[in-house]
Formats: sequence, C-alpha cells, structure tokens
Amino acid sequence: MKDMTTGGPAPSAEDMKLIKKFLEDTTLFLGPDPEIMQNHDLMQRSADEEHAIANVPDTHTIAKIRDRLQAGCDEGYEMVEQMGAAPGAKWGDVITGIYSASGDLAIASAGGVLLFSSVVHHPIKFIVKNWMNEPTVGVRDGDGFIHNDSRYGNVHNTDQSMILPIFHEGRLVCWVASTVHEGENGAIEPGGMPSMAESPSDEGLKMSPFKVVENYQIKRDLLTFLQNSVREPKLQLEDMKVKLFACLRIKQRIEETLKTDGADALISTLRLTMEDVRAEVKRRVSEWPDMSVRTYIIQDSTLRENCVVKVNCTLTKKGDQLTFDFRGSSPEFTNRATNTILGGLKGMLSQLFLCYIWPDLPRGQAAMAPIEVITDPHSILNCSYDAPNSQSLMSIFTGFTAGQHAVAKFLYSCPEKFTKVHAPAFNMINTFIWGGVSQHGETLGNLCADLNGMGAGATSNRDGEHALAPIFATMADIGEQEVNEEDVPFLQLVSKKMTRDAIAPGKYRGGQGYTMMVATKDSEQWGFMTTAQGAKIPPIQGLFGGYACGTYPLSKVQGVDVYDVMLNEPEKFRHSIEEIMNEQPFEGARYTTHHMGMGFDISKRGELYMISQGAGAGYGDLLERDPVGVVKDIEEGLMSAEVAARLYKVVFDPATLAIDFDATEQARADERKARIARSVPYAEFVKGWNQPKPPAHLPYFGCWGDDIETLYMGSPDKTRRGDEPKPNYMVHPKDVRIAELEARLAAAGVPGDEKQ
Amino acid sequence: MTMKVPMTEYLRIDLETEKWECRVCDHVIAPAAGNYKEGLLVHNRDPREIHPPVIDPAKYRYTFCPDPDWVRILEFCCPKCGTQIETEYATPGHPPLWDMQVDVPALKAQWASRGPAMLPDAGPAVVPGRGHAH
Repeated sequence: MKDMTTGGPAPSAEDMKLIKKFLEDTTLFLGPDPEIMQNHDLMQRSADEEHAIANVPDTHTIAKIRDRLQAGCDEGYEMVEQMGAAPGAKWGDVITGIYSASGDLAIASAGGVLLFSSVVHHPIKFIVKNWMNEPTVGVRDGDGFIHNDSRYGNVHNTDQSMILPIFHEGRLVCWVASTVHEGENGAIEPGGMPSMAESPSDEGLKMSPFKVVENYQIKRDLLTFLQNSVREPKLQLEDMKVKLFACLRIKQRIEETLKTDGADALISTLRLTMEDVRAEVKRRVSEWPDMSVRTYIIQDSTLRENCVVKVNCTLTKKGDQLTFDFRGSSPEFTNRATNTILGGLKGMLSQLFLCYIWPDLPRGQAAMAPIEVITDPHSILNCSYDAPNSQSLMSIFTGFTAGQHAVAKFLYSCPEKFTKVHAPAFNMINTFIWGGVSQHGETLGNLCADLNGMGAGATSNRDGEHALAPIFATMADIGEQEVNEEDVPFLQLVSKKMTRDAIAPGKYRGGQGYTMMVATKDSEQWGFMTTAQGAKIPPIQGLFGGYACGTYPLSKVQGVDVYDVMLNEPEKFRHSIEEIMNEQPFEGARYTTHHMGMGFDISKRGELYMISQGAGAGYGDLLERDPVGVVKDIEEGLMSAEVAARLYKVVFDPATLAIDFDATEQARADERKARIARSVPYAEFVKGWNQPKPPAHLPYFGCWGDDIETLYMGSPDKTRRGDEPKPNYMVHPKDVRIAELEARLAAAGVPGDEKQ
Repeated sequence: MTMKVPMTEYLRIDLETEKWECRVCDHVIAPAAGNYKEGLLVHNRDPREIHPPVIDPAKYRYTFCPDPDWVRILEFCCPKCGTQIETEYATPGHPPLWDMQVDVPALKAQWASRGPAMLPDAGPAVVPGRGHAH
C-alpha cells in the first residue's frame, strides 16, 4: 500500500488555502484552541493600534485616560462587590477589566482577583477568532458573552465571566469583562469546586464562551437553562445581572472618554499601557543577578488520598529574560481534580509579580507577557483537556509558592526593590465549603470567606501579618460571619481565634492562622467539605534559615449536640481545637482527625468540624529573633511558653514573663555551638542521605533530584518520560480500604467461600 | 577595595576572590560558582521538634505536626558561627537542592557598572531591645 504520509510534492500555497478552508468548514467541534491557550504574550499590534499610536503618542494624554479607565474599572468592581449575591463577590473575589480589541487585558480593577482577570483574554480571543465572523453568532453592539469552562481560559469552573464588546461608530474598539467566584455551578458536589470530580463531566456547568445577552438584555431561555443546571438558580440570575450592569458602567466610562478624546486616544492608551509595562518588566528583570534558583513544593494529597506530589521549579534569569521551568513536576492525575490548565498557573504567577514584587505597575496582562513558562505536557501544571481541574487551586497555589520562594533569592541583592523581600505566604484555602437546604428552605452551595484569611509570610524587616489576605487577592476581606449566618443553618462557634503553637518560626515569624469551628444547627439537610492540602507536609518553604508553617488537619467530634451542651452544661464547652481534642469534654462523643480533603459530608445538628487557617513562612535564623517579640507572641496566645523557650532559647520567668537577657544570650550562644556539634559536613551528609529513587513507602509523583526527564508515578518502579504523557489513574480510596480489610480477613483465616 | 555583594540574609559573594562568605562571621564558605551548601554543616531535623503537636499524638493520626516519615527539615548552618543560613523541607532521601547557581562573571560585570554605593544595606545585624515595654 502506498504510504500516504510521505513522498510527493508539498502542497502549494493555493492547495494549503483550500485545505485550511475545508478543515474550517468541516470542524465538528470548536474546542479550546491550543494557539490561544498556550500563549500569554500580547497580540501583535493591529493596524488600528498602529494608526492610533501614530495619532496619539502623548504620554500625558495617555496617563490621563488610563487613570479614567482605571477609575471606571474600580467603579465596576465596587458595584459587583456591593451588589453581588455570591459570598465570594461580597468579600472581594471579583474583578473587572478592559481588554484590547484583540483581547489582551490592558487594565484591571485595583481591587480583586487579578488571577481571574488575567485568564479571560483566552475566551475573548476565542470569541474574536470563532464567533466574530460566524454568521450564526456574530459580535454586535449590545451583545454579551458568558463563560466559565476553565479549559477555554479560566481558573476553575466556579468563576463566571460576563464579556461585552465595546463599539464606537460601528468599529470594535475594546472589550470589558467582569468575573466573579460564583460558587455553585451544578457539579457533583455543591459549592463549585468538587474534589470528588474524577472527570470533567463531574465538574458541573461547562460554558464555552457563548452569547447570552442581546440588546443589553439577558436572554431568558438561556438564563433558564443555566439556572436549571445549578443548585442556586436565584444566584445565577442575580449575579449575571450584576456582572452585566458592572460592565455597562465601565462601558459608560469608556464612552465618556471616547466623547472627549476619541477612539484613537482610547486604543493608543490601551496598547501603550501594555507595551510600556512589558518593557518596564524587562528592564526590572535585567537588574536581577544572572542566576538559576531551584526549589520545590510538595502537595501532600490529591484531596482524596495522601501522596507526595512534587511541584518542581527552576527559575532562571539571564539578561532581561526570566524563565520559569516547571518540568519535573508531577504528571497530571487522570481521575483527580487537582490538575490545572497552564493559563491558571501563569495567571497566578502574574498575581505574584503585580501584588508581591512590583505592585506599582498597572495591573494587566503585560507584566507576565515577556516571562517564559516551561512545563511538561500533561503535567499537573499543564493538564490535558480530558483531565478534571475543579481543584486546580491546589496546583496553581503551590506553583505560585515555588515562584515566590525562588524570586526572593533574586531580589535580595538587587539595589532597586519595589517591595520588601518576602518569605512565602500560606497558600491553602483552609475554609469550609458548604451546601444543602437552609433554614429558609433555600437550596444553597458555597463557602466561608475564611479562605481569604491566609497568614502572610515574614519580610526582611518584620513579622508576617496574621490572616492578612489571600495570595490571590491582596485587597480582599474575610467577611462578616454573622451576616453569613443569617442565610445558612450553621454557626461558627469559634472564629478568628489564633491557633496556638501552629507556628512558622524565624528571625521574623510568619503571620499565624486562626481556628474555625462549625456546627450545623437549623437543617437536617446540610453538609460541609474541606479542600486543602498540607495535613502531613507543609505546603510552603521557609526563607533564609526561617521555617515553613506546620501542618493543618481536620478534626471532627461526632455523636454530640454541642448546642445542647451549651444550653445545659455550658461549662463543658472549650474554645480551642487543642482543648476539645485533648480533653475530650463531651462524654460518649467520637473524636477523629483527617486530612483536609474531606468530600461533601452530611452533618448532624451540633457535631463539630474544626480546622485552622495556616501560617505564612518565617524569615531568617530564629536565634536572631528579638526576645521581646518572642514574649509578645506568648502573651498574644500565638505560642505556648514551653515551645517559645525550647525553640527560641529565650530565658524568662514563667510567672511574669520577664526576660533574662544575659541568660538568653548565653542560651543562644550555647545553641549555636550545639548546632555545630550535631551537624555534619555536607559531603558527609549526602553520602548517608541521598537516595537514587523515591522511598518505597511514599506514593511519590514527579521527578527525583536533577533528572527531570523521568517522572515517578506513585512508586519507585512506575515512571513516564516527562515529554511522553501516560494515563495516571488513582484507585478509589474506599477500594483501597476494602482491599486492606479483605487482606486482613484472609490473613486471619476467614473462609473465602464467597462466589467469584 | 574588594566588593562583596550580599546575596541572602546571611550569604555574600566576594567578587574578587569569587567565594561565598558568611555575612555574620566572615567565614569563607565555598567557591561562588558552586553550591554554597557544600561549605556548610547539615542537620536532619525531625519536623516534630519545630512544629510541635497541638493535639495528642498518642490519640490522633493528624496532630498539626508534619509526618517525619514524609518530610524532614534539612538545616544548613555556618561551620564557624553556627548561624542557620538555610532550611529545606525535603522528601526523605531527596538530594538537597543547588538552590542558587550564580553566573559569577555576569555578577562581576553587573556590579562593575554599578559600583559599591549601590550595595543593598539590609544586613543581619540584630540589636535586641532590652526593655519589655508594651
């Protein structure tokens, strides 16, 4: 048979044109476009942009217009935050932005989640490429497009965007968009971020970008379809309206600019803002030392089972080029939800630079545009279309932390800094996701804003702040729990109380996390889930001799109604996890601990679920910490006196906490000598420590040591090449447990007379 | 005068001798083109000693302590003054990272054009207050 793949003359240009048209005309499904999804750089200057820049190059005019547009975005952000129905909207997990006609994010609101916004250029570019000239769709004045499927450019499917084209005298001049963490989306578990999802089909609504607004009106038939697909139909309606009206307000501000300054001024402003930021980023990078920095962060679970999942990072700077090389990170999980699309990771790295490194730069897509990101295909950081990614935050955030840890080592020697050198912030969403039927008979599914209460990392001159802000939204809020409790049938019996001894020590310590205890009260159909890693291995690293945080489990007390206890025997209630779990004050109750990947768990009235937010990392040698600061931490309940004395080598009177400074200096000098005595030279140490493969007792995923081409897949004998994808299935944890129990039965000699 | 560039809280590179040095005690640690950790001492720390159990390990599987079979803390200190220069939360048996691989000629060229006046002034000196005022 003739080989059809080789030989013969290459097709002519005319043939290629014909082939391209044939393929376009017969495309059966417009899936995510790799050309769009893999690229985060700015689009080429269009003819319109060239023309506009030639007409309006004046930097003062551009600065004036940029400020007006920024104010317009901020106004839209405020509208969504004030009017949005989703808990996430109320607490700042929203953003608005203005995009160029080609789809690049030029200006984002000053508040909110930049990560959300910096991935929306993908769906806009999809619309431009596929719907603009599609006769059955088209893009016209008054249209609005909705989108949530992360595979077309989103963090996760719980976020929904409303996207409006802005026309001027019949010409498309830009786009505006508003994005909200909505929560509920009809997935296999309530709340929009199912950790039980084993395929994309378990993840609820899958909105590729489509037109849902015409003549500035939401189309009722499509709205009803969307409402019918989720657990919170009223939320779906309300927030679609809120996002639409926020976009319309930004449109109004743009039109005012168009009226006063004309379309060229607008287009020139959007383009030059991005180009200037891009150029400035390259200039700033060139000031860093030429170097490669290596780090890795471990995810200790898939949220279904504990395992060791490596996020591997080498950050290389040469000249004005900065490259994140994440090759060697864990392979994607075929049936676990912790994978992310590459755009999500890039969006979060963009957040790193614009919130933690160069917060003075205009927020948009351009800061990340010149920075290169390399991954393996079908990696946990660059997953395939067929892999679930509803818990992508696990990989996005640990990827962020790897970047944050690495960047600090470049910044230290750099004469020109725009922030203090910063140890990694805590990075897990330690909060309760909830759902069920409320005390008002409403079906709900969403989460507590405590995910925003991550502890900050220490900096080069001060301690990290407690519960400061989440890494994804530096101006967000942790909300008013009492307001939330008007709508939901549970109480946070303990809230925002620091978890003692869950510390990240250092010369400057990390900001600490706080305790949350919840119990259902007024519903027989209500449950909770938790979706975080870090119950066995800390999810961050310390900086310059400082320590990371510890680990954070889930504790449960079942077989008790604490509301009865508080009514009848209030003296038995305790206000810390430490006391409740250690003293076990409720007779007959069952006290258990778990990792933080609790699937949706139907709760009974008065049963306790208890977790803690986490601490940011410490900075520097803890023996250099000011003893006064150590005692202050004791007084503020961050640390017990015993732990403080043992770790920090501060000598104080246990009754008065008065410091003996001379004795402290001596104790610290002794500890430095003790360190030297108990440590061994590096060359000697690695002889005993280094192993050629991951240990057999750990289900390890990712590369080992310097060999980034070989990825381990759960055992020392199961591997794939980094560039050759393979399925990576996990066994259902209940099947694992059943197999363990059956093996024990067999070992105990229980007759195996069951028919097979 | 030779220029010494502070690279971390406790490490600097002497551009003339091309060595990593301890900023606390001036100990010469290792060649600047190589891995500074090779000139340090290492201790394999049980993470439970740093992150103490908040709840009783005799009763519970998860206690707020990292699992010592799953992660260790490698503590790197200066062999002369004992300052803890770096920590690395490591999977047991995983080779320690060469975390800062510096292009020394490029660093020298960069600082030749900057001059010593541009050196960052942040340093490790800590002068604890002796009062207990709050």
